[in-house]
Amino acid sequence: MKYVTEYRDAKLVHGVLEEIRHTVTRPWTLMEICGGQTHAIVRHGIDQLLPSQVELVHGPGCPVCVTPLELIDKALAIASRPDVIFTSYGDMLRVPGSGRHLFSVRAMGGDVRVVYSPLDAVKLAQQNPDKQVVFFAIGFETTAPANAMSVLQARALGVQNYSVLVSHACVPPAMHAILSAPLNRVQGFLAAGHVSAVMGYWEYPPLAEKYQVPIVVTGFEPLDIAQGVLTLVQMLEQGRVGVENAYVRAVTFQGNLPAQQVIGQVLELCDRKWRGIGTIPMSGWRLRPEFREYDAEARFDLGEIHTHESPSCIAGKILQGLAKPHDCPVFGTTCTPERPLGATMVSSEGACAAYYKYGRHHALLEQA
Amino acid sequence: MGENGNLNPVTLEGPVCPLPLQPTEYVVLGHGSGGKLSRDLVTKLFLPPFDNPILRAGDDAGIVGIAGSRLAISTDSHVVTPLFFPGGDIGRLAVCGTVNDLAMMGATPRYLTVGFILEEGLEMRVLERVVASMRAAAQEAVVQIVAGDTKVVQKGKADGLYINTAGVGSVADGVEIAGANARPGDVVILSGAMGDHGIAVLSARGELDFQAQVTSDIAPLNHLVGEMLTAGADIHVLRDPTRGGVATALNEIAQQSNAGIILDEAHLPVRPAVAAACEMLGFDPLYVANEGKLLAVVAPGDAERVLRVMRASLYGQGAAIIGHVVTGPRGRVLMRTAIGSTRVVDVLAGELLPRIC
Repeated sequence: MKYVTEYRDAKLVHGVLEEIRHTVTRPWTLMEICGGQTHAIVRHGIDQLLPSQVELVHGPGCPVCVTPLELIDKALAIASRPDVIFTSYGDMLRVPGSGRHLFSVRAMGGDVRVVYSPLDAVKLAQQNPDKQVVFFAIGFETTAPANAMSVLQARALGVQNYSVLVSHACVPPAMHAILSAPLNRVQGFLAAGHVSAVMGYWEYPPLAEKYQVPIVVTGFEPLDIAQGVLTLVQMLEQGRVGVENAYVRAVTFQGNLPAQQVIGQVLELCDRKWRGIGTIPMSGWRLRPEFREYDAEARFDLGEIHTHESPSCIAGKILQGLAKPHDCPVFGTTCTPERPLGATMVSSEGACAAYYKYGRHHALLEQA
Repeated sequence: MGENGNLNPVTLEGPVCPLPLQPTEYVVLGHGSGGKLSRDLVTKLFLPPFDNPILRAGDDAGIVGIAGSRLAISTDSHVVTPLFFPGGDIGRLAVCGTVNDLAMMGATPRYLTVGFILEEGLEMRVLERVVASMRAAAQEAVVQIVAGDTKVVQKGKADGLYINTAGVGSVADGVEIAGANARPGDVVILSGAMGDHGIAVLSARGELDFQAQVTSDIAPLNHLVGEMLTAGADIHVLRDPTRGGVATALNEIAQQSNAGIILDEAHLPVRPAVAAACEMLGFDPLYVANEGKLLAVVAPGDAERVLRVMRASLYGQGAAIIGHVVTGPRGRVLMRTAIGSTRVVDVLAGELLPRIC
């Protein structure tokens, strides 16, 4: 497969790993922000091949993991309505709210459907004029343009039975939150490649400057990740602060300007709660007032939503890079993908799910 | 940070997490995915009331002794949307599904029964087309359909047409093939490229707005198995990796045999179009369904010979050695990745879902 196979070439990857081994002289803690990268790292076992001085901790870039419980409960309430076709990206269906998930709503007769693009949800609304079609618009900067575009398209086509339940999060404020936390261990970031493809990396230099850290925009294939780690380790060893781009085939400094324009037209920044982490100022997007008619929260009277979180797992620590999934006493025992205690065990981008799926149980790897 | 960004410190909450979900009180689609939920349903709900040594073996078909001869018995229900897709249809699927379950015990499939559940309003010409396809598949597999049943349900109570088939086959003396027979040192062979059926059906469904140039691999595998057995090779396990794909089938074998399996990622056969579709959707071809492929676990000394026989067959041209059986970790499947690390290949928890971004 062109543009994939080349970046999984074992010889090239090992060449870069060798260079990392030659470069590193002392321990460094690096964070990959994006859950997609976490999964690539664990799936390909890249962390196993890195020298022991280089530790990768996993960041909060898992959209499903950080979606607030209140919002999931709102989604469940809307999806249970008989007049609603509730649409979502596949991953979101399995995430537990306060006691159930969208799958169980579907099993109880709710019309819950997986769509691959929000534009398909707009089509569904056109095909089902007697129903309210709601799209659960979650994700980071990567999904924001398509989600925003669906609202523009609904308006342009005069589709009135379409609305979005918005839960968008932005990556740079989360990096800022992690770096400013008193317990922070992160010394350098692998910045998320897909987010940067949309937004560029013009937001990172002030962060690098303020916290005196190196940030390297990094892709998703083994060679991309190895290259990102190498660049970051070189910067750390040389005491260099700043931002470099190790994903030039997809990312430019300015990013995708038409996509940014669509986001800016439909969405505005707001404070946002991150599940397991807390509220981070100006770290989310909501619909601009002129698009309020497409806001599912305004369209449906949901009454009061009472959520219940319990302090039984350490997802919050994991999302901040303070702990690894297998540091959790319930990892792989009480907490499994079938019976998740936290969203990090559910999402295909969650760190716990990656560790579980690819077998990072201490006992198992000792036997292997 | 955008136009309104600020760089003031942020106070973070302590770790919080939702309450655990209660064990599901309702049947969900994941119970039919072939993954862990399906396994739980079988082992916890179906097995205890029906328990007997034949069922407990957990193979694709039960092996029973009647009047001095050994018979394999199996049944399979088929629900697929759309009814017709590139490379096949629900009729061909219904015949091949049961034929293959019998063949995976080393049996020669002989007779099938068929049960139709038809939805009111189904076009007669659709039914005729499905039945013609079943006839062609039965001829190809050299089996006869010898009994049948029809039920009609009200419009809206079924998805056009569901088909159940059951079948019996004879097991020759000396043939001892079962999921529990894999031994350390054995070689694991896959008869061709992974994931064709799953991607072909998904593409034909048109919901995900992608179209892959992929044809389903549905095929009867009994002739291939016959040729492998005729070659006199020491075959320990056969399994068709249908729902849940190669990963799930190998996990079952590892558990039944209480052994480990190590795969070699670089040797896994996948067509470029399937690999590309999986990349886009966030699927792993190891978990995507096949309907015309088999996994064979073979004594090491016979592996090359079996491979030659398979590659010479119409139904096994793309056969490849993909791994081998080891002592442990018991019940687990590991994979040596293309870049030289090792990871676990687990069973799916529930449904295969497209990723977010």
